[in-house]
Amino acid sequence: MTNVLELRGITKRFPGVLANDKIDITLREGKILALLGENGAGKSTLMNILYGLYKPDEGKIIVRGKEVEIQGPNDAIAQGIGMVHQHFMLVPVMTVTENVMLGIEPVKNGVILDKEKVAKRIREISDEYGLEVDPTAYIKDLPVGIQQRVEIIKVLYRQADILILDEPTAVLTPQEVEGLFKIIDTLIKAGKSIIFITHKLKEVLAVADDITVLRLGTVVGSIDPKEATSEILATMMVGRDVNLVVQKQPAKPGEPVLVVEDLFVRDERQHLTVQGVSFDVRKGEVLGVAGVQGNGQTELVYALTGLLPLEAGTIRLLGEPIHHTTPRNILERGVAHIPEDRQRHGLILSFPIHDNMMLCTYYKPPFARGISLQEKAIFSNAEALVKQYDVRTPSIYVNAGNLSGGNQQKVIVAREFSRPIELLIASQPTRGLDVGSIEYIHKQIIKKRDEGSGVLLVSSELDEILALSDRIAVMYKGQIMDIVDADKTSKEHLGLLMAGVHPSEASIKN
Amino acid sequence: MTNDNIQINSAAEKRKRISYGIALLLVGFVIYLLFGLNTQAGSLTTFGLNLTSSQAIKVPDLIVPALPAIYMMAAISVFAGAYQLARGVRSTGWLISILAFTFVVAFLMWAAQDKSFNLTGMLSSSLVRATPIALAALCGVISERSAVINIGIEGIMLMSAQAAVISATLTHNLYVGLIVAIIVGGLVAAFHAYLVIRFKVDQIVSGVAINIVGTGTTSFISSRFMQSAGDTLNNSGTFPIISIPILSKIPVLGPVFFENNLIVYLTIILIVVVHILLFYTPWGLRTRAVGEHPKAADTLGVNVYFMRYVNVILGGMIAGVGGAYFTIGSVGRFDEIMTAGKGFIGLAAMIFGKWNPIGAYTSSLIFGFADSLQVKLQILRVPIPSEFLLMAPYIVTMIILTGVVGRAIPPAADGQPYEK
Repeated sequence: MTNVLELRGITKRFPGVLANDKIDITLREGKILALLGENGAGKSTLMNILYGLYKPDEGKIIVRGKEVEIQGPNDAIAQGIGMVHQHFMLVPVMTVTENVMLGIEPVKNGVILDKEKVAKRIREISDEYGLEVDPTAYIKDLPVGIQQRVEIIKVLYRQADILILDEPTAVLTPQEVEGLFKIIDTLIKAGKSIIFITHKLKEVLAVADDITVLRLGTVVGSIDPKEATSEILATMMVGRDVNLVVQKQPAKPGEPVLVVEDLFVRDERQHLTVQGVSFDVRKGEVLGVAGVQGNGQTELVYALTGLLPLEAGTIRLLGEPIHHTTPRNILERGVAHIPEDRQRHGLILSFPIHDNMMLCTYYKPPFARGISLQEKAIFSNAEALVKQYDVRTPSIYVNAGNLSGGNQQKVIVAREFSRPIELLIASQPTRGLDVGSIEYIHKQIIKKRDEGSGVLLVSSELDEILALSDRIAVMYKGQIMDIVDADKTSKEHLGLLMAGVHPSEASIKN
Repeated sequence: MTNDNIQINSAAEKRKRISYGIALLLVGFVIYLLFGLNTQAGSLTTFGLNLTSSQAIKVPDLIVPALPAIYMMAAISVFAGAYQLARGVRSTGWLISILAFTFVVAFLMWAAQDKSFNLTGMLSSSLVRATPIALAALCGVISERSAVINIGIEGIMLMSAQAAVISATLTHNLYVGLIVAIIVGGLVAAFHAYLVIRFKVDQIVSGVAINIVGTGTTSFISSRFMQSAGDTLNNSGTFPIISIPILSKIPVLGPVFFENNLIVYLTIILIVVVHILLFYTPWGLRTRAVGEHPKAADTLGVNVYFMRYVNVILGGMIAGVGGAYFTIGSVGRFDEIMTAGKGFIGLAAMIFGKWNPIGAYTSSLIFGFADSLQVKLQILRVPIPSEFLLMAPYIVTMIILTGVVGRAIPPAADGQPYEK
């Protein structure tokens, strides 16, 4: 078996950071190499070096036994290396064909773009690998899963045989992930070699032929997936033992904190995305809301936190209606919100940490006296919270935008938990975070539950829902399919509900 | 859910339908009240269809009884409004056209009652006056499609205008003037590009600086050197009218479209060529990709910075042609601040034309029409103060920029510097 790609002693320094330190990796022909590591471990830097977007300070790249120099994406493409980026590199207002041909446009009559030729080739590729992509469709009209296929077509159109997939499952629904794994399978059968970058342990075990783990810019080790388990991999990634199973006592639910009845909400485009939702959250329990993303969870949370008006229905917090009041009033009554999009709704990225730490209460003592802010109180509050919640930052004066995703989330958690709360609404609280941060956030959520707060957890990660929830509500097309006890259900049962099928109906049909 | 969406969409449609209907009805009544009641019964309005200087076959002038014509316009507007309320028309473009057409025609009937009004002359001058606006708009389109905002077009045009007239006067060659104007436009734009691409200077700040520098230096040179030496520096003559054989003989259309000078023809050619380049060639695909999602283009090996330099400089060269129009294309001499905001109006035309060359040209024609109408009305001694008439093109600009007539979406990365 030959090695199609070897990286030897790759070192890359950024000002103040050693992003890659003498990294060696090997990709065997026709195999899948999983590159595993937490956010900030240096995976993306390494791949950007391989793709020519960064220049390494030291080290060499060997493609099919020959040392090559890669100065830019064009060189990488010429070597048969193609990359599917985590954030898709597609122009939304252009068609699939235009996106695929960009950079290597064939022309007819000397100057005019030959779109038909490219469209024909896309159909061929699409048929060959079972991708089912319409070349004339506009990117903005395509679901995320199909957009990813367009990215793969872009790479195949350039006749790459080494594919780098950067966190390919981060934005996909469980069904789309299944689809992607099938495509990967077809690609391997066609003789392609793949580098699969991820921080999700189960995916690695499902698809990889080889596993290399990175931590803090160095290779921790390589391991055969047959010998690996989630626990071993997590320990290699984080550098210490990690509890993948959330330790928690049985819930002691009290009286209801939040009662929602017959809620209807329209989204910003005036679509009725929440249609008649009723549930309650009791003190000291976690109610998980499962469902494929885009089934009304976002609007549900917005309505509960006062960010979207209701079309109909009632929301009661501790018996008092809160559906016609302001977001500030809602949070003053003790609702904490960890928003879905932490960078847009959770933080002001261009503000320093100390200001982000008091965004909910800046107008009240001790942070404000009259019209003036009290710097001393603000700084000491931030210092204390940074210590208490283990936010890794050089100082509290650093802008929130400069922190890693995990630390940004810790800032939000610290702020929301630093005031007395009755109800915690956590929306996708661990999306895009590394194993260490996920463990930490999960512990904090369970801690709040045990202190007697009600917790509404919205997540599209079924594992997370199952690990934390006491009861689970499944949303599908704006409605709650069913609410089940977490210890009396299974992944399969929830999976059916998420797809809009009542398991009882399914068994009748069978 | 789908049914529900259809209902909501139809509610929005219904609101739109009713508001357009009411607008048309109102215009009908305004026409009646303003123009109908103020027009003498039996007065005639004469629309001249021939230009004295033209080679076109002469046709008889159009003589219209003013009052019946005004009533007819009011009736068309009211009828269209009523039809819209009752049935609804899909195309808002048609509604706006009817609205504008009936109002403008009725206005002209009233303004020119018992007088003669040269229609062909006005249309011809609309096309001419649209030329610098269209060139400025085209400069904006090329530049902003690659995501670089250039509000320095006004300054670029002023400098090119001056450079053109000085070089043409000195060499006694108008073509040298045109080429110098293009070079000056390209150089100033290259400076803008260098600042905003290489040093990531704020694009608006750089553009404003170019406008200030443009106004300052040209006014200085003009008052210090050109006024005292008018004949040796500031008297170039203008490009002659080129009549296209046969086509220029067509009545009305001939003098409007086929008896113009080089720069007017060049503008139309440039519009078509840039349109084809932008939407049907690799260069255009790359330009649009760089303007929408530069990172995507970069990962496919497209040099984002290079594309932006090329586009901004090409845009500057086109604005240079626009500058040349003011001097060697129309009056043959330079006056201080003679561009009079045409660069900015060009940007409005670019937005109204949805960053599309042909759209930009069409909207430039609207501005050109407003401009030439204003001049004609002053000659007709319409009982409206001339200051208000002078405002016409700028008022049209403001109405268009409020987005009343359809919202335009700029390129997604417009105005943002690209960081690797």
